[in-house]
Amino acid sequence: MADELTPPPVDQPRIGVDEWVASVEGRRDTYRGASGAVRRAWDALPVWGRLLVFLVPAAIFPLITSTGNIFRFGLITLLYGLLALGLNITVGFAGLLDLGYIAFFGFGAYAYGFVASGYTDRHWPAVAAVPLAIAVAAAVGLVVGLPSRRLVGDYLAIVTLFFGQAFVVFANNADQINFPFVGHVDLTGDANGLDNIDPLDVLGWTVNTTKEFYYFTLAAFVLAMTLIYLANESRTGRAWRALREDPLSAEVMSIPVNRLKLMAFVFGAGTAGFAGAIYGSVQTGAFPGDYDVGLLITIYAIVILGGAGSLAGIVVGAIIVNGVPELLRDANQAEWVFYTAIAIALFVTVRPWRRLAAVIGATIGLGFALHAIADAWFPRWTSGSANEGRLAHWVGSWILLPGHPTQVANWAYGILIAAILVLTLLHGIWRTVALVPTIYLGAFVWENLLVEQTAGATRFILLGALLVVLMNVRPQGLFGTARVEIA
Amino acid sequence: LVAILWSKFWDLTVSGVTLGSVYALVALGYSMVYGILKLLNFAHGDVYMIGAFMGFFALRWLGGPVDPNVAAWIAVTFMFLIAMVACGGLGVVIERFAYRPLRNAPRIAPLISALGVSFFLQNSALLLFGASFRDYDTFDLIGGKTYHYGNVYLSVPQLLTIVSAIALMVMLTLLVARTRIGKAMRATSFDREAASMMGIDVDRVIASTFFIGSALAGAAGVMFALVFGQIYHFMGFLAGLKGFTAAVIGGIGSIPGAMLGGLLVGLAESYATGYLPRGSTFQNLYVFALLILIILIRPSGILGKADVNKV
Repeated sequence: MADELTPPPVDQPRIGVDEWVASVEGRRDTYRGASGAVRRAWDALPVWGRLLVFLVPAAIFPLITSTGNIFRFGLITLLYGLLALGLNITVGFAGLLDLGYIAFFGFGAYAYGFVASGYTDRHWPAVAAVPLAIAVAAAVGLVVGLPSRRLVGDYLAIVTLFFGQAFVVFANNADQINFPFVGHVDLTGDANGLDNIDPLDVLGWTVNTTKEFYYFTLAAFVLAMTLIYLANESRTGRAWRALREDPLSAEVMSIPVNRLKLMAFVFGAGTAGFAGAIYGSVQTGAFPGDYDVGLLITIYAIVILGGAGSLAGIVVGAIIVNGVPELLRDANQAEWVFYTAIAIALFVTVRPWRRLAAVIGATIGLGFALHAIADAWFPRWTSGSANEGRLAHWVGSWILLPGHPTQVANWAYGILIAAILVLTLLHGIWRTVALVPTIYLGAFVWENLLVEQTAGATRFILLGALLVVLMNVRPQGLFGTARVEIA
Repeated sequence: LVAILWSKFWDLTVSGVTLGSVYALVALGYSMVYGILKLLNFAHGDVYMIGAFMGFFALRWLGGPVDPNVAAWIAVTFMFLIAMVACGGLGVVIERFAYRPLRNAPRIAPLISALGVSFFLQNSALLLFGASFRDYDTFDLIGGKTYHYGNVYLSVPQLLTIVSAIALMVMLTLLVARTRIGKAMRATSFDREAASMMGIDVDRVIASTFFIGSALAGAAGVMFALVFGQIYHFMGFLAGLKGFTAAVIGGIGSIPGAMLGGLLVGLAESYATGYLPRGSTFQNLYVFALLILIILIRPSGILGKADVNKV
């Protein structure tokens, strides 16, 4: 008897054990080295301990940096994180692809502004106005969620995407609607938006400065995260996950699928409405241009990068997705970020170290060689000026900087994309060989084209590419668990 | 009152049919891809935008609209060809790198990937071509001649759009109904696994579906630009939405459905602009309302077959 109970050695397939379960167990055994120690420590932490890991640095952050940094890196990250928490309910827990999510954010901001701003000359206290904003967003979420009872994934996506677009049109034009019985009401301002929105004032404490907003948002974020954690651990949360994995089976198990879908929509929308009220107050205004597709993609990138369904992933995702592009805004920091990112990527992916050294050496050598050749025979190619900063100055003698880069850099951009795509098709030594010119080309495009537009197009190009790459390489995100599709 | 409404009727119908032809071509790409892969290709609208830009650059390369190096009709043909080939190629590349590796992933993964591709293309266009509107200057190229039959007035670009859209749709229908690759497409969309067991190279069929669908979108982009004159990097977003709306209304996966849906959406938008209160501002909301209405009444679309959900 005892013999039968002892498990067979791990390297043999065990009969009756799901292959995937076995592989996860195997992976747990291989937590090695420094990263393994961190993983084990993290897994051993109780939930409140994990919260503290995030909360303590977040609470200290405003004390050690400037107001501008608190706003750019702290407050905005927290607001994005709050938005991502709400989206995580709809997309991560319940698996409903809601592409009109940002509209709920907008409804929150406009609802708050409608009852508490100098524009409409109504000044409700925040204890009444913020719940109203949440309620309005949640009610709209309920209405938008209604078709989700009948629509399968993709149809829902397009209806909600259209809804998000409709909201922008509405926000731009809802200043001239004549209601029956009430008459003319200005709901949203026009393209100029609602301005003069009141600061939040919570039971006598007026939230007005950036630092106060930061702490208020931090409290809101932690509150939302706790509630969502509890909801996810509850019966409802388990039912959501069942719904996400397979709606049909969930229904057969007598889980009330329709009610759960609506709940996911309402909770997600309510969280977005809350974030919207705070955002409106931070901005002292609600403007139609703020609630567009760019923000939607940003929030999606946070949820997907962190791992749909994971709360720790949201925090990390928000920090990366908001923090990195913010660093890129400053040309000098952008240089550092770019070259550090390339170096890290090389260190992680290229093995063994001899090959790594060869790649780095060859790339640097190639740059200086090309630069020397161009200097000698084609001076037009090096007559451009480097950006400011010490690193940029050094890079300027390595990379080609043409005097009139626009045309050349545009073509190089196209070639770079083609080169990266081809790179994914190559294997073995050829990939390593092709890596060298690709990196150099990437640096060329970066210096001559992308670095100019870090506030706009570059940021979004990187986000779009991030989504595609992530789906191909690690669809579960950083912290998510891999899903098995059972056909 | 009736006289006032009637006086606008034919103009609105003509512009509705023109718009409808464009939407129908976009919808065809959506519908074909959805029929085969069950994938909502968000990037399709942006392929359409790239098509419009390719046509623009082809025209510039020929010497610009005012004084092209060749006869106007050759220039227009060339623009269509360049846009269609470039977009077809782009579609194949997108499929190969963004969707094919995800063929066995959970349903949500290719959708997110498509969203990423769409955003990537949009902002690449912004980066490369700038944020300003570009003008096709169709008037200089083709002239302002109009044909009329009774009350129906048609400008040359409108006529061109409608005729070439019909020609493309006839060609597509013949291709799907009569040729070997069309047969393979129908088989693949009916049951991909069984098709591959019958010796059909499914990857190639899917790639050619993307090529054809994207080429149609490229042609639609050039048509739109010829009629309305202006193009910019964000134009694909709304066109994509409307194209998908058209595909859903007609019945997704159905080729005649996509054509019918496109026509309906174009006409609805045009009549809404002309007849409904504040139509020129809220036309898109009216189209949206139409979409919701159709989905609630007949979720599988006008010509679509109801889907049976299997475990």
